[in-house]
Amino acid sequence: MLSFIARRLAQSILVMGIVTVVAFSLFNFVGDPVNNMVGVDATLERRAEIRLKLKLDDPVFVQYARFVGNIAQGDFGVSYRIKQPVDQLILARLPATLELVFVSALISLFVGVVAGVYTGIHRNSWVSRLILSSSLIGVSLPTFIIGIALIYIFAVDLRWLPSSGRSGTIDLGWWTTSLLTFDGWRSIILPAITLSLFQLTMILRLVRAEMMEVMQTDYIKFARARGLSERAVNYGHALRNTLVPVITIIGLNIGGLIAFSVITETVFQWPGTGLMFIQAVDFVDVPIMAAYLVFVAALFVVINLVVDLLYAVVDPRIRLGGS
Amino acid sequence: MSVTEQAKTSSKAPTRLARFLDSDLLYSFLRTPTAMIAAAITLIFIVATLFAPYIAPYNPFDPAQISLWDGKLPPSFVEGGDERFFLGTDNQGRDMLSTILYGGRLSIIVGLAAVFLGMLLGVTLGVISGYIGGAFDAVIMRIADVQLTIPGILLAILINGIGRSFLPLDMREEFAIYVVILAIGLSDWPQFARMTRGATLVEASKEYIASARVIGLPSVLIMWRHIMPNVMRPVLVLATLGLANAIISEATLSFLGQGIPPTTPSLGTLIRVGNEFLFSGLWWITLFPAIALVILVFAVNLFGDWLRDALNPKLRS
Repeated sequence: MLSFIARRLAQSILVMGIVTVVAFSLFNFVGDPVNNMVGVDATLERRAEIRLKLKLDDPVFVQYARFVGNIAQGDFGVSYRIKQPVDQLILARLPATLELVFVSALISLFVGVVAGVYTGIHRNSWVSRLILSSSLIGVSLPTFIIGIALIYIFAVDLRWLPSSGRSGTIDLGWWTTSLLTFDGWRSIILPAITLSLFQLTMILRLVRAEMMEVMQTDYIKFARARGLSERAVNYGHALRNTLVPVITIIGLNIGGLIAFSVITETVFQWPGTGLMFIQAVDFVDVPIMAAYLVFVAALFVVINLVVDLLYAVVDPRIRLGGS
Repeated sequence: MSVTEQAKTSSKAPTRLARFLDSDLLYSFLRTPTAMIAAAITLIFIVATLFAPYIAPYNPFDPAQISLWDGKLPPSFVEGGDERFFLGTDNQGRDMLSTILYGGRLSIIVGLAAVFLGMLLGVTLGVISGYIGGAFDAVIMRIADVQLTIPGILLAILINGIGRSFLPLDMREEFAIYVVILAIGLSDWPQFARMTRGATLVEASKEYIASARVIGLPSVLIMWRHIMPNVMRPVLVLATLGLANAIISEATLSFLGQGIPPTTPSLGTLIRVGNEFLFSGLWWITLFPAIALVILVFAVNLFGDWLRDALNPKLRS
């Protein structure tokens, strides 16, 4: 077990090492760092001053070590374009992304489990067939096309919901939320549905398969024999036993939600971290790009580490046989 | 048929064509309507887009053939449409049908190139990993493991973003297509590497490889001539399914404004451009490229699914 944890930790450190090297080389090789800071018309003295201030004459690995040290303290420098500290910019945008991910995770969990249970029990009804075949479309359509279609139907044609942006936000001091107002919910619902569709399909299919398997087991037959109501059998006995794999899948898929949030945020102009990265690429805003890179890598490393450890706790085969 | 005749026909090695006509693969193909329809759609799409300059009614990139007066015309089957433009025109007066044909060509080329790059990298590393083993294998497979935990599209977006920033601003449009190919290719090699490595391990333990070693063939030759051809079947399936994914990735990057520039649009770029006119009710500028993309991806996916089942002896009934 100890060696398993050690190996996973070493792997995580390796990943962060590679990502920070990439982020560091962005700073050093994309354009001239001095030009990026002061602009082309700065005097030679000013340039020399910046050069000295940034300690650009130190050996490369000394600069890299300093870079990693700064990152560890949350210091990613100042955005070239917006001229504000990057860590503050990311923190200001983070609530938007996290709320979007949270709401879409809720949607996919709720709808996915309900539809999965239904299609697992009523295997041959036409409603099940309809749900299953439309879920296939959900997986095979590109995210952005689903987004555009929803915008066209609900914002342009029916005019029920806003087409883009995040309105109705309330500032709680350290967190801006759009979940406390009606306007906020109106603006989050379309992007959240778009983001949830893929995960929803995965959960639906998983729950359905698990339900169908569980329904064949002896204890369900026994529960029936005891004369328990259909509802108690389905939800009290069957569903409960399908939830373990579902929970693992959801844990793994949070990473996927973050990944696809880049696309969804751009389609809906949702002011989160993903949209910030895309805009940073357009303007070659290196500090933001580097910070987002490190941020995403750290997120994935943590998620995978936790999921791996949870697996090891749940499944003794991994714990004992992992050599 | 006399005995001598039989001996004659069986002693002659069958030609490649004869072997193909007799194969299980073709048998299964001719009995799976979905596979045939999917293959037909894919083939029509590829031929139509590759010969776009001959088939398309207009050349959307020739300024002499487009006129702003023809801009924003709806499809010809809708009220107010112009019969010269079957699927309508975009804001610059370019015929939608022609731009879709030219754009589809770019989408397919980028998809194929990206998959080929991923396959080349993955198969090479996979065969070497499986055959040589040891530290090389451990390092490559660790990298592949780590990369597989990150969704491919996110990786493609990140690599593409980094690649773009390394280019000077004035060269971005010109080299965008290569950066996109590189980003998508680099994001999907681990799947190829994993699968090839597994198949290589199986092959390498067989006797003919041992014999090849005994007679003193160099490792490179064994890997290239003996192992590679025998591990290509599953790789082919992966490549077909990977093509659909690569086309989606390219479209997504282009839609995000990070891919193919509007001067030479791909399907994703067309959808992006059309999206800006969606609010003014010009639905056809987005809808038709989107439909083309979805049909193409669907067909390639269906064909790949069939190929996977047909090449997998376990699933054969």
